[in-house]
Amino acid sequence: MEGLGRTMKRYTDTGKKDTRSGFGDGLTELGKKNKDVVALCADLTGSLKMDDFKENHPERFFQIGIAEANMIGIAAGMTIGGKIPFTGTFANFSTGRVYDQIRQSVAYSGKNVKICASHAGLTLGEDGATHQILEDIGLMKMLPGMTVINTCDYNQTKAATIAIADYEGPVYLRFGRPKVANFTPSDQNFQIGKAVQLQEGTDVTIIATGHLVWEALQAAETLNENGITADVINIHTIKPLDDETILKSVKKTGCVVTAEEHNFLGGLGESVARLLSTRHPAPQEFIATQDTFGESGTPEQLMDKYGLNASAIVNAVKKVNARK
Amino acid sequence: MADYKELEDLVIQVRRDILRQVHKVNSGHPGGSLGCTEFFVALYSELMERNENFTMDGINEDLFFLSNGHISPVFYSVLARTGYFPVEELNTFRLLNSRLQGHPTTHEGLPGIRIASGSLGQGISVSIGAALAKKLNKDKHLIYTLCGDGELQEGQNWEAIMYAAGNKVDNLIVTVDLNGQQIDGATKNVLPLGNLKAKFEAFGWDVMDIEKGNDLKAIIAGMKKAKEKTGNEKPVCVLLHTVMGNGVDFMMHTHDWHGKAPNDQQLENALSQNPVTLGDY
Repeated sequence: MEGLGRTMKRYTDTGKKDTRSGFGDGLTELGKKNKDVVALCADLTGSLKMDDFKENHPERFFQIGIAEANMIGIAAGMTIGGKIPFTGTFANFSTGRVYDQIRQSVAYSGKNVKICASHAGLTLGEDGATHQILEDIGLMKMLPGMTVINTCDYNQTKAATIAIADYEGPVYLRFGRPKVANFTPSDQNFQIGKAVQLQEGTDVTIIATGHLVWEALQAAETLNENGITADVINIHTIKPLDDETILKSVKKTGCVVTAEEHNFLGGLGESVARLLSTRHPAPQEFIATQDTFGESGTPEQLMDKYGLNASAIVNAVKKVNARK
Repeated sequence: MADYKELEDLVIQVRRDILRQVHKVNSGHPGGSLGCTEFFVALYSELMERNENFTMDGINEDLFFLSNGHISPVFYSVLARTGYFPVEELNTFRLLNSRLQGHPTTHEGLPGIRIASGSLGQGISVSIGAALAKKLNKDKHLIYTLCGDGELQEGQNWEAIMYAAGNKVDNLIVTVDLNGQQIDGATKNVLPLGNLKAKFEAFGWDVMDIEKGNDLKAIIAGMKKAKEKTGNEKPVCVLLHTVMGNGVDFMMHTHDWHGKAPNDQQLENALSQNPVTLGDY
């Protein structure tokens, strides 16, 4: 075990911002530089921060109305003719509501549609369980050929939005509603499928996605003060998973905690468990919702109640370390 | 001006192709396929402006989307007979490792197919997307779509029908195969569709009927009229009155042959009603 107070990389919150604004600002940039990019929205333009694109490129913005199934079909059709459609609505209506449309018209048909989903998970807050989807990563990652991305902050969401336009194929891009720490570089080179190692340690691997990445960094600091050093890995791309980065880390540390704002069934944790069980079995703990729906409350209250924060990660690390 | 003898020969040959495809694998959907044979032949031989080489984007040509993908036998036969792939490949319909899947797909790279269909109700939406892409590309060509009448029970269609009119998607001709039948029986008994003409019109479409939906001349004349209606700030709907199983007497006017293949004797009988014209594959 490394000594107490080991020097860690410092990550600074440059000011809280919502990831959905990263999407909106990324789309604005795309609008300027790629004339094939078109945007479709199902009556949530403001919530998805698509107003700027709509204003600057009215001919390439399509208000579909409250008709998500039709939106996915239209997006699939627009690729025939070379357009790169970005659809925008809440994560719940982007996936569960339109699963068969995505399955047949987008995924099976191999269409270059970017399904961009805001308000994912518990942090949607007060609207409650009808809107808080905790199953979308599972739904999307099960579709053959679908790339699944869950970004952690404003800067990363903006970079991811821009990056997926250059990738040919269906993508699910998941982000959220609340203002959260913005700590990744504004000039980052977003590489689909490439994990980002945020901290180096030897005792445990913490693999986090989305809003839980910042929590994992906070947890690593607390653990460091207690003499436990953690590899912290930001998995922004859940599919395809960066197998090699994960294996390299777990071979070093011998145990892993996965953290996500999603059901433990079907999420990042299960993808990591599949990888490890076939290539390098190791003890694992899951920070995730426990096969339950959410409820109304503030984002902080909900993340606390459902055990999705830094202190929950710290406890899971202690538990998994004891199982080594 | 069409050479109707040539087209009629093609219709008969396509019927044989349909029957032989489904008979060989003892599965597939002959009823709806036979009912739309004349429509497909008219569309691909006479009505659509098509480029010689297939590209997915289909720039500067008319595009066709089949929403009711289960009538793949007629689609495959007409695609093969109009040059998209070798007619011999019809031998592989529904077989393992074939490009001719039970329902059409882009997944195996079959030329002529631009979207997977089979799960019903998605084709009008996809067609609207392709029509909007044409407008963005300043491409004056048209989008043709075929959907089943029973298929209109799927709610997504009405989202699409509302959108197309509300947004003046006027480079789109949706044809409804109005045969009045679906798997469980007559549409009027399963879930009545009501007055489709009034419904489409109420949604803001330009609607017309082709009463003789199995008559080549009537289809060609009707579809040409439909084409003239495009570009007029309204999407165009054609209600094509067809007879399921057309051209094989014992398959007509019933839903029994929706998804059932003929046995050896039935095939022989059906083929004898449609003697070889262009040559079997």
